[in-house]
Amino acid sequence: MKQTLVMARQLGLVSCHDCHLLSHMPELSANHAAYCPRCGGELHQRKPNSIMRTWALVIAAMIFYIPANLLPMTITSSLGSTQTDTIMSGVIYFIHEGSWQIALVIFTASILVPFMKIIILIYLLLCVQFKSIRHPKELTRLYRLTEAVGRWSMVDIYVVTILVALVKLGLIANIDAGPAAIYFASVVVMTMIAAECFDPRLIWDALEKQHE
Amino acid sequence: MHQIACHECDLIHTIPPMPESATARCVRCGALLLQSKADSINRTIAWTISGLILYAVAITFPFLAIKSGSIVQQTGLLSGIQQLFSQDIIPLAVLILLTCVLIPLMQMFGLLYVFVPLKLNIRVKFAINVFRLFQHVKPWSMMEIYMLGILIAMAKLGKMATIVPGLAVIAFGLLIFVLNFAITAVDSHMVWERLEGEP
Ligand SMILES: [Zn+2]
Repeated sequence: MKQTLVMARQLGLVSCHDCHLLSHMPELSANHAAYCPRCGGELHQRKPNSIMRTWALVIAAMIFYIPANLLPMTITSSLGSTQTDTIMSGVIYFIHEGSWQIALVIFTASILVPFMKIIILIYLLLCVQFKSIRHPKELTRLYRLTEAVGRWSMVDIYVVTILVALVKLGLIANIDAGPAAIYFASVVVMTMIAAECFDPRLIWDALEKQHE
Repeated sequence: MHQIACHECDLIHTIPPMPESATARCVRCGALLLQSKADSINRTIAWTISGLILYAVAITFPFLAIKSGSIVQQTGLLSGIQQLFSQDIIPLAVLILLTCVLIPLMQMFGLLYVFVPLKLNIRVKFAINVFRLFQHVKPWSMMEIYMLGILIAMAKLGKMATIVPGLAVIAFGLLIFVLNFAITAVDSHMVWERLEGEP
C-alpha cells in the first residue's frame, strides 16, 4: 500500500462526519450547506466553529469546577446531627478508613480527571491557535485520551444519587444531594461536549501550511 | 479499492479490500480508520436480543436493598430515579434516566431497527437516521460507570448500613458486557455501504 501524504481538504474533498464517505466539497455561497450523498449528513471541511465552541464550554466548565469542589456534595442527617461532605472530604474519609484504593478512584475520577481535561483542552486550543507544528501525533493522542476517560468522572454523581435514593431510613439516617452535585454534573457534561466540539484535524492543518 | 480520509488528521488513504476481522489504522496519527468484522449482522442481532432480555430483568426486579439493623428497604432502578424526581433533584434524575436507562435502550432498539432489515434484505425508512443517532449517543451510555458507582456507594455506607445487591444488579452487570459485545460486533463501514441510496 503506497501512501503519499495528502490531506482531503487539499484535493477539495470532504469526509462525512457520520459515515466517513469521501466526496467532493462543492463551492458554497453564503447560507447554503452541502450534504453527504450517502447518508445525507451536513458536510463540513472541519467541525463548524470548533475553536470558539470548545473555548466557551471549557471556560464555563472552569467556572463551574470551583463551586463543584467547594460546596457540599452530600448532606447526611443521622440521629439529629447533620454532616456535609465535599468531594475532597469524601476522599479524606476513605484515607482515614484505610481504603486508599477507593480514595484514589474518587480523587482521580472526580478531581484529577476533570482538572486535567480542562488543562489539556486549553493546551490543545492554544497549540491550534498559535499554529504550533510540534508533536502533532502526541497532541492527537492527548486528545484521544481526554475523549476516552472524561466520562468516568460521572461516577461521583452516581454515588450521590444512589445514596440519596437508597438511604431513607426515617429517623436513623437520611442523605440529601448538596448543591455541588449539579455543578459537578455540569462540569462533566460540558467537558464531554467540549471534547466532541474540538476538531483534532486542526492540529494537523498548521503542519500542512508549513509545507506549502 | 476505495479512498477514505482520516477523521482525526484528514490524511487520505487508499484502502484495499479488507479481509475479515482486519483493522486499518492511519499511517500518520494512528487513528482507527476501519475495522471489518466477521459475521457482523448475526452476531449483532444475537447479542442485542440477549441484551434486551437482561435489560427487562434489570428494570423489573429489585435493584438494591439497604439493611440497617432490622430495617430493610428495597429500590428498583426506576423507583430509585423516581425518588430523585420526587426530591426535586430533577436535572440529576434526568441525567441518570438518560445515561443509564434510556440511551442503552435506544442503542439496542436502534441496532435491531438497522440490523434486522439488513439480515432480511429489506429496506426500512429512517434506517440512516437511526444508525447516525446510534453512533452519536455512544459516549453517553454509561452503565459501566454506574456499576462502579454502586461499588463505591457500598463502601461509603460502610458501618451505617449494608447494601445488598439484588437480582437486577447482576442482570445489569451482565448487560454491560453483552451490550458491549453487540456494539463491537457492528461493522459500521459495511452498514453504511448497505444503507447507501436508501430513501
Ligand atoms: Zn490520521
